[in-house]
Amino acid sequence: MTQSPPKPTSALSLPDLPGPDTPIRRLRHPGRWLSGIAVILLLAMIGRAFAVGQIQWPVVGEFLTAGVIITGFGWTLLISACALVLGVVLGFVFGIMRHSENPILRFAAWLYVWIFRGTPVLLQLLIWFNIALVFPRLYIPGLVDERMVDVVTPFVAAVLGLGVNEGSYLTEVVRGGIGSVDRGQKEAAHTLGMTPGQTMRRIILPQTLRLILPVLGNSAIGMLKFSSLAATIAMGEMLNAAQRIYFINGAVIELLFVCAVWYLAGTTVLSIGQYYLERYFGRDTAATTRDRRWFKGWARRPAVEGEV
Amino acid sequence: MSLAVKAVGIRKSFGSHEVLKGLDLEVAYGEVLCILGPSGSGKSTFLRCINHLETPNSGYVWIDGAIMGYALHRGALQELPIRQLRAQQSQLGMVFQHFNLFAHRTVLGNVIEGPMVVRGLSRAKAEARAMELLEQVGMAGKASSYPSQLSGGQKQRVAIARSLAMEPRVMLFDEPTSALDPELVGEVLEVMRNLARGGTTMIVVTHEIGFAREVADRVVVMIDGEIRETGAPGQVLSNPGDPRVRSFLSRVLA
Ligand SMILES: Nc1ncnc2c1ncn2[C@@H]1O[C@H](COP(=O)(O)OP(=O)(O)OP(=O)(O)O)[C@@H](O)[C@H]1O
Ligand SMILES: [Mg+2]
Repeated sequence: MTQSPPKPTSALSLPDLPGPDTPIRRLRHPGRWLSGIAVILLLAMIGRAFAVGQIQWPVVGEFLTAGVIITGFGWTLLISACALVLGVVLGFVFGIMRHSENPILRFAAWLYVWIFRGTPVLLQLLIWFNIALVFPRLYIPGLVDERMVDVVTPFVAAVLGLGVNEGSYLTEVVRGGIGSVDRGQKEAAHTLGMTPGQTMRRIILPQTLRLILPVLGNSAIGMLKFSSLAATIAMGEMLNAAQRIYFINGAVIELLFVCAVWYLAGTTVLSIGQYYLERYFGRDTAATTRDRRWFKGWARRPAVEGEV
Repeated sequence: MSLAVKAVGIRKSFGSHEVLKGLDLEVAYGEVLCILGPSGSGKSTFLRCINHLETPNSGYVWIDGAIMGYALHRGALQELPIRQLRAQQSQLGMVFQHFNLFAHRTVLGNVIEGPMVVRGLSRAKAEARAMELLEQVGMAGKASSYPSQLSGGQKQRVAIARSLAMEPRVMLFDEPTSALDPELVGEVLEVMRNLARGGTTMIVVTHEIGFAREVADRVVVMIDGEIRETGAPGQVLSNPGDPRVRSFLSRVLA
């Protein structure tokens, strides 16, 4: 045979077979090295371009910890947290309603999803912010009687807009999660004498929670970013604060980079939290991951037999 | 012997398909009743009507002093609120073909769930009783495992312990061994045999003719939503009167 590398099936008679300790040479992967080097070069070029470009890095560093920016980031976190809580609550309420025996409740939940998932969140923010044009006064007998503009501040509008919108997505997620818990477990709970409420709380929702946890993590990350939309309704969160600074000092790109750093820091922390939460709630599945690394992109893919 | 369960004229249809055509059945305390019959004859539906997982279209089930799901009021059966129905359902233990263990709870968690939530036992009391029951079905060593870590036979034994923990008057079994690999059937039947010996009242839908012959006090054969034959296992299994029962038995005994 003149072929190289030799075919493994070429006639090999029994007496010629090598011993059990014959060394094994692994296949080389020159392609991986080449593509790796190419990517590193590309990253270096992009990095250099930004380093020598029209951007004053000292200004970025200076404003990174400026009081206005930190306060803005605080508002960003607060809006995101409140909106997420509101979204989760609405998601569970309407998600459970989607499974109600009562067709009117089912319809109401469907209507909610239809409206709030079907319109842009920026539009919803603007509508909440301007809701006083429709209802000049908020009047609930014996409870509230105020001018709407005093009630729906930019903060309230931001939380309502982002939370109600998020709730419409989570409704569908919760609905799917509830539907995926098999009917048998529900029946088993009934034969034990558990009421529908007890069955929902103790059997179905805990399992739903595990299923929707990855989605909740993504919601939290998305919410942190979407909260920047509140800058358009005069809410003094981080992006709005940055804008107000660069309208004065003209350091536009520097301040936008400052925001990028803080958003990245926030989403990174959330990703780590999500990883550990998922691991905690994944206890009861057989295929619990033993991998302790939260940054999955960096982690090696599982070794396949025969690979180096 | 006093009666534990009495089913009266149970009818059930799905759409236009009448699955149960007016079934009557009596089971006494301490009795083991096996229900046999071809696939699709309505055995599961009958069992599910007995504990009201399905609501019969007409007829009712009496369990020791009360009618399941209804109160007799001025000559009519007035439907009970769900909470009272559930209280009645908990007096009938149910073991399913597919175990239906709570996937997010450990073995022990599965067994204490009913006693704690429905009967209001303290965790300590519920756990002590649960460990006794797990001991009884040979699963005490796996108390902290999750269902996904168990074999089918082990799951079914846990499911039996979970039902027993509610101290039901009657245990219902719907083909408890049909979803099991053949080598795991024995361990579940052994647990059921022990229950029968201990005097537990049982209604067992099964394809295990050997088990019926050995353990049952009485055998019922259902065909097409009707009870066609009822009697002692020796008599029904070896010398059935009804020709359709004879042909069914000759098929399963072959
Ligand atoms: N929820 C339902 N909706 C519609 N039809 C049903 C439903 N449950 C059962 N049936 C029908 O009722 C008939 C009896 O079903 P059932 O499960 O009671 O039979 P079975 O005797 O338990 O059979 P097997 O031995 O296969 O378990 C079947 O024709 C089945 O298709
Ligand atoms: Mg069946």
